[in-house]
Amino acid sequence: MSILKTPPATPLQPRRRAIVVGASSGIGAALTQKLAQEGYLVAALARRSDLLNNLCADINAAAGETRALPYEHDVTALEKIPALLQRILTDLGGLDLFIYNSGIQRQVKLDEFDFAKDREMLETNTLGAMAWLNPVAAMFHHLGTGQIVGISSVAGDRGRVGAPAYNTSKAALSTYLEALRNRLTRRGVNVITIKPGFVKTDILSAAGAKKTFWLITPDQAAEGIWQAIKNRKQTVYVPGQWALLMLIIRHIPSFIFRKLNF
Amino acid sequence: MTTPSLPYEKLTNLGNFGHSLQAAAYLYQPSAPEQIGEIFQFARKNGLSITLRGAGRSYNDAALNSGGIVMDLQGMNRILAWNPETGVITAEPGVTLQKLWQHILPDGWWPPVVSGTMYTTLGGCLGMNIHGKNNYKMGTIGEHVLQFTATLPTGAEITCSPTKNGDLFYSMISGMGMLGVFTSITLQMKKMHSGLLNVHAFAVPNLSAHLQAILQTAPENDYTVGWLDSTATGKGLGRGQLHTARYIHEGEDPEPRKTMQVQYQTLPATMFGVFPKSSIHYFMAPFMINPGVWLVNTAKYVASLREGHYRQPHAAFHFLLDYVPNWEKAYGKQGLIQYQSFLPKETAEDAWREILATSNRRGMPSYLGVTKRHRPDKFLLSHALDGFSLALDFKISAGNRSALREMLQHFDEIVLAAGGRFYFAKNSETSPQTALRFLGAETVERFKALKRRTDPHNLLESDLFRRVFGE
Repeated sequence: MSILKTPPATPLQPRRRAIVVGASSGIGAALTQKLAQEGYLVAALARRSDLLNNLCADINAAAGETRALPYEHDVTALEKIPALLQRILTDLGGLDLFIYNSGIQRQVKLDEFDFAKDREMLETNTLGAMAWLNPVAAMFHHLGTGQIVGISSVAGDRGRVGAPAYNTSKAALSTYLEALRNRLTRRGVNVITIKPGFVKTDILSAAGAKKTFWLITPDQAAEGIWQAIKNRKQTVYVPGQWALLMLIIRHIPSFIFRKLNF
Repeated sequence: MTTPSLPYEKLTNLGNFGHSLQAAAYLYQPSAPEQIGEIFQFARKNGLSITLRGAGRSYNDAALNSGGIVMDLQGMNRILAWNPETGVITAEPGVTLQKLWQHILPDGWWPPVVSGTMYTTLGGCLGMNIHGKNNYKMGTIGEHVLQFTATLPTGAEITCSPTKNGDLFYSMISGMGMLGVFTSITLQMKKMHSGLLNVHAFAVPNLSAHLQAILQTAPENDYTVGWLDSTATGKGLGRGQLHTARYIHEGEDPEPRKTMQVQYQTLPATMFGVFPKSSIHYFMAPFMINPGVWLVNTAKYVASLREGHYRQPHAAFHFLLDYVPNWEKAYGKQGLIQYQSFLPKETAEDAWREILATSNRRGMPSYLGVTKRHRPDKFLLSHALDGFSLALDFKISAGNRSALREMLQHFDEIVLAAGGRFYFAKNSETSPQTALRFLGAETVERFKALKRRTDPHNLLESDLFRRVFGE
């Protein structure tokens, strides 16, 4: 059978295993790199296989052994997910950490109402997440161990004029993760919601964001997320100052929020 | 949307005896031989491998299969036939040594070979070809197997004995469960005339005296085992205490009926008459640091200077590991590993002198050392030789992994250079190169050829197998 591509863990050389969905660029690529550096064996999933293969090759060359395995995968191919998860579980020889990072944002103008774009974002950001999180949660539920990380966004905290569907997709993801946390904490599983602010990624350029602040690199975001994983946090804003800002924004009364243009 | 074909509800985190590893696997627990074939078919259909598991008493990854199927055979635990006249017993592989001796002792019999814990299963005992404190006299458990039946991954049912399918007999016993599944095992038990043993305990002041004493006293005793103070250095390096034991002859025990009752053999339920034994490992844990262990070992050595002659029930003499339930947990969260080396009697002293001195010099002393006397056997993946073994327990800590690993690799070199061998039920870090060197290329190739024959689709694999025989 020998599907296993790396030697089994030993007591003196333990090995943790992770899946990163959406690993080809941005936060996902930085996270894959960070986890490999921390000694994880990572299954890296993404649509863009050329980027993915390069990323894994670089990581493995730097480590001098196999630390990252590439899997070409489109999260909107929902029906393929359970079988792929099983294959990865066998390939890695177990699973300690699952990260859902896939996310897209389509630019919509203030007077644009386009269901096709909305649907695209919901399919990748929310439905894909749920299709992965269900079987992963089932596995961890039965094992009584594991960590689940969902990369949501500060954008999910309010519905804004500029991004109705993106806000919705992330709000749904945050709520879904919260429910999973309530289900799984009692089984010994740690569920973390990550809410990044502005991160220098493709999403940011796709969103056409002009005025940004507290801008961080994907590596900085990955470091913040790694700290949350290490300390088994629950909901974490990255960088941390967003927690305070979003606390204020969440409490801006509707009669004011309706007049704002961000 | 398709539903997953693999049942998540069967996913289980399984561990080992040293609490040093955990691996998730789909756990299947057949209760009858017919179900074994179904599990093989299921594995093949889903592209998964299978590891066989009994009581999970190996210190390493022998009964773990990361991400695959584990077939736990503890449910197949019936004694199928017992003849108190001849002492021949036939049992399923999930029968433990505990169930075995408790079944036969009242009739005046005892298993010819037992491990240091009675919770091991017969299937596991054969797969690893266990030895006891009488290895130099009675050999391994395989030498007392008259016959076994097995289901092969091909679905074939076979019967093996030393004269029938002899190649499979001598390789499935010692074959780590990688060639097929034992379905029934027929063993010859040993006649007893008492439930007690005559035990002699005495101290040995250093390694040279330790090994000499084993050599001299072993032939005239039925059992010999040494405790070695692995924290002693300098002149006292290798000091310890030997326990030798002799069977009691017919007529020596005035009440054999009584001493052979199971109740008579039961280990005491409390320590010092006060603490329930299940709590003792909590009291031990604070001592499991270098100075604490030095103190305990030194105190034990000083106590052993008083020579002892006494009679002891079989169970109390043999099953030292069961005295303190969950003693392994005293080693803490990261667990322990056992490093056991087997060395020819000519080279053992020098090699172990270096190993013991190095471990103390590097600040990673073993916390417990145990010595035994051995003889070679005919089984394919044999660990035994004409010499001694030294089993050393090491505590794993969050910070010592790489240093400990590096030290054990160094020890492997010392042992290999001295013509030594290793045991697949114990060491957790043995590399394919090391295995190849002590087994020899011819043995490894013979084993792989037999595996291709009984398991052409490589359904049987364990983490141990992939570690030691992987490409």
